[in-house]
Amino acid sequence: MKTQINKVLEGIPASPGIAIGTAFLFGREDFVIYRRRISEKAVPNEIARFEEALIRTRQELKELQASLSNKGAASSKIFDAHLLLLEDRMLIEDVIKELKEKKFCVEYIFSQVIKKYIDAFSQMGDSYIRERTADVSDVGKRVLKHLLGQRRNQISLEEPSIIVAHDLSPSDTATMSRTNLLGFITDIGGKTSHTAIIAKSLEIPAVVGLQIATRVIKNGDLLIVDGNEGKVILNPDTKTLRHYQREKDISIVEARQLEDMLRDLPAETMDGRRVTVAANIEFPSEVDSVIKHGAEGIGLFRTEFLYMGREDLPSEEEQFEVYKKVAEKVAPNPLIIRTLDIGGDKFLSQIDTPEEMHSFLGWRAIRFCLARPDIFKVQLRAILRASVFGNIKLMFPMISCIDELRDAKKILSDVKRELSRKKIGFNKEIEIGAMIEVPSAAITSDLLAREVDFFSIGTNDLVQYTLAVDRANEKVAYLYRPTHIGILRLIRMTIENAHKNNIWVGMCGEMASELPLVILLLGLGLDEFSAPPISVQKIKYIIRNISYEEAQRVAEEAFNKNSADEVEAFLLDKAEALLRRCHGEKVCDFGDLKKYKI
Amino acid sequence: MRLEEKITIKNPQGLHARPAALLAQIANKYDVLVQLKKGKTVVDGKSIMGILMLEATKGSKITLIVEGDSAQEAFAEIKELLENEDPDK
Repeated sequence: MKTQINKVLEGIPASPGIAIGTAFLFGREDFVIYRRRISEKAVPNEIARFEEALIRTRQELKELQASLSNKGAASSKIFDAHLLLLEDRMLIEDVIKELKEKKFCVEYIFSQVIKKYIDAFSQMGDSYIRERTADVSDVGKRVLKHLLGQRRNQISLEEPSIIVAHDLSPSDTATMSRTNLLGFITDIGGKTSHTAIIAKSLEIPAVVGLQIATRVIKNGDLLIVDGNEGKVILNPDTKTLRHYQREKDISIVEARQLEDMLRDLPAETMDGRRVTVAANIEFPSEVDSVIKHGAEGIGLFRTEFLYMGREDLPSEEEQFEVYKKVAEKVAPNPLIIRTLDIGGDKFLSQIDTPEEMHSFLGWRAIRFCLARPDIFKVQLRAILRASVFGNIKLMFPMISCIDELRDAKKILSDVKRELSRKKIGFNKEIEIGAMIEVPSAAITSDLLAREVDFFSIGTNDLVQYTLAVDRANEKVAYLYRPTHIGILRLIRMTIENAHKNNIWVGMCGEMASELPLVILLLGLGLDEFSAPPISVQKIKYIIRNISYEEAQRVAEEAFNKNSADEVEAFLLDKAEALLRRCHGEKVCDFGDLKKYKI
Repeated sequence: MRLEEKITIKNPQGLHARPAALLAQIANKYDVLVQLKKGKTVVDGKSIMGILMLEATKGSKITLIVEGDSAQEAFAEIKELLENEDPDK
């Protein structure tokens, strides 16, 4: 068959973004199941085999679920449904009844029963139930594997790839290696299918419901996945490719070049202002990527993962080991640990938290920790003990007034005293920071600055609180604008107050990784940018290609604008001009910024 | 004891997902026989598969049959779930 150029497949956009890569066909694992007759005497044995396969599958699902919830993935809930299906009375009774009546081997009987359910579900009018056929089929396959004595293989991708599948089940995606995984495309599925949920949580583009993807795409085909429009382009020509590469933030190749080029270079402007570009991480395993991308330390180490998805609380020793390991890996660069920030949209199963009407305005972060010094002190002790093994700093989240900061510091000094008394070593000069993410903290930053060694502006919450917008609410999400003049003023005020008191200011919210905003923040005098590891080089790149003087001029001019739209248009213009100056052509159109316009 | 009653589903989501799982869980707590009937289809109320097979959307009428010693309690609890109007329950 002749290779078709620029063939466009239309599907349903399931997760936004653009990916360009080679196709990896994820084969549907079809089993060869023989219709083997059995004797009356063999029936009990077949039932026993069936029961054993159920027990093993149950164990496997439990393990998978535990491993996912450790990673903090919300998708681990999907397995609750799978466990329920596995234990389903009707299913089990059907199999046993048919086995006794028809006397075929249990593999055959079981696959027939599963097929019966799938057929029935897939004919139902309700889309929710129709999509549950994937769950039934997934559980069915697992049981069959155990019956047939096969083990599921883990997929690892050798090169940056786009997974092409008929459909993806939770267990397919859970065991899939994330390295080199660029996107998903599937024949079936809708906006609520597992593929969509998982792609979004992995922040990779996905297009589903393409119907013929697995038939027309071959392994190794070059694909463009347009998760914004719900399109897949098969074997694109150079022109199309160039178009999409532009559409993409920065192409993979360019990112790699940037990586090599920038890894060991400092984040220094053309006229010599040196700032720090650090990375945000959630799990210790991300440290390697921090180092790979050339981040100068960790500007935000979230610690919630230690507490989530388990029955008990993490011990001091367990926490100590984690902090120590991460600190040693990034030393001499700093590791900034944020103390426990639960509440809002993250809750602990170990602790009964009252249901709150406005959980983001409720009992969360530092408020929770101050109310539960028993839990808070364990973490502080672990952080302090680890502080002798690297350059650890700590910061308190969600500070809204000076009293909270003082109370937290009081508990910290109590813990320090205890350690001294027991002659346990810690860094007595450990730097303490306050997160500026509540508007009142920004407004009173002149007062807070006297209490701490640094500030870290958490823009995600700052924007949500200042603009009174719940980003998760799609009706009002369009109002979520980091470039709102009110936000910019708060940021400027915070930086100025910090500098007046001779302390430094970082930013660990998403804003710090939006390229056009980097120019503005640099110009405002931000000292540290902390972003996802993957954005580190891009930020360095911008900083190294502009002078501080120019950035200051840009910032000043941005403050003369009247609205978020005007600020964005202006900054986009400046960022594009900068990139054009470096590249001689436009390489990036800042999809990041556009997403705020919904 | 055997209890039987025709019930209209009020849950906006119908008997899907969470309500179906909840129903099966409740039914399994009791040592009773639970059957759900919609039209000619009769299913085991202790089976999530069975409940999903009913395809009982909001407004559909189903017959709930509970048989056994603790039928009264089980019946009350299941009925409450079926008539619940809160989509989150």
